[in-house]
Amino acid sequence: MIQQLVMYEEELVQINAICEVLHRDANAKAVLVIDKNGQAFAQAGDTHELDVTSLSSLTAGNVAATGAIAQLLSEKEFAGQFHEGEKTNVHISIIGQRVIMVVLFDERSSLGLVRLRVRKATVELVNVLDLLMKKSASGSQPSVFSEITDDDIDNLFND
Amino acid sequence: MSFINYSSREINCKIVYYGPGLCGKTTNLQYIYNKTNPEAKGKMISLATETERTLFFDFLPLSLGEIRGFKTRFHLYTVPGQVFYDASRKLILKGVDGVVYCGDSQLERMEANIESLENLGSNLQEQGYDLAKLPYVVQYNKRDLPNAMPLAELEEALNPTKVPSFEAVAPKGIGVFDTLKAVAKLVLTELRKGG
Repeated sequence: MIQQLVMYEEELVQINAICEVLHRDANAKAVLVIDKNGQAFAQAGDTHELDVTSLSSLTAGNVAATGAIAQLLSEKEFAGQFHEGEKTNVHISIIGQRVIMVVLFDERSSLGLVRLRVRKATVELVNVLDLLMKKSASGSQPSVFSEITDDDIDNLFND
Repeated sequence: MSFINYSSREINCKIVYYGPGLCGKTTNLQYIYNKTNPEAKGKMISLATETERTLFFDFLPLSLGEIRGFKTRFHLYTVPGQVFYDASRKLILKGVDGVVYCGDSQLERMEANIESLENLGSNLQEQGYDLAKLPYVVQYNKRDLPNAMPLAELEEALNPTKVPSFEAVAPKGIGVFDTLKAVAKLVLTELRKGG
């Protein structure tokens, strides 16, 4: 079975910091980091007007579909995607085969700059993700679920 | 695959509605969307053809409240039911935490029901899942139609392992929330086991 993704405060602070630096250095409008299943967990920049949940789900669907196309063509994966809009461009990259980084940018930046800065951020993010996976797999952290009772679950569904 | 965020104190789970074409998977999500408080739901997204058949998936994010200070969020997905969209169905099953199999009660859809159920099993297996071990419920939709088969026959053909099952008339909401609650409970119970 695939390993459950668990995010802890310490690693999230680091990932958010990487997003902030990337947002600044790439002159981006916004940066999102999304689990491959479509859950956003870190963001930086101008995200308050974005529907982050929908954007994350659709991006994950897009990446999954593109990955399946790659397999059909005997490619391991297409590591990046770029969508050019009139006002906003989107750069999507898969990091550590585990998460998706989305950079939204406009005419204040360029694809070349974004690619360059994403490459740097990728190296840092892979390190943090590796640590996170090890920490999660080791089970050294207490689980929120161990103390949940049947009543807790039933109470969720009381109308 | 659930996602637990200790930092924002959130639990995110993925539930997939599976079944043959036109069985009412999208209608289930539409009913849930229409009857849920605005603050508990996000935007419902339907990637559909011009004739409103699901092309890739429907998506509905839903908040169910808090457990021990953790917000529980469920992401509901449907798959495209039509046989030739199998590649898309496989993608949507990735990372699934719970499955609702939505069957069509009509006699003439029985073959499609069985084909879809077998397809669910083999697609899950391909992803490394075992349906028998996943949180899983069955819904028999379209119970109001005159050609609906008797419940016992549907159970025998589509629910051999006797998982929780529900009769439904999705456009009227009958059985819709019962089905959702049942699968959501199973998902949380399974998470507790793993925890």
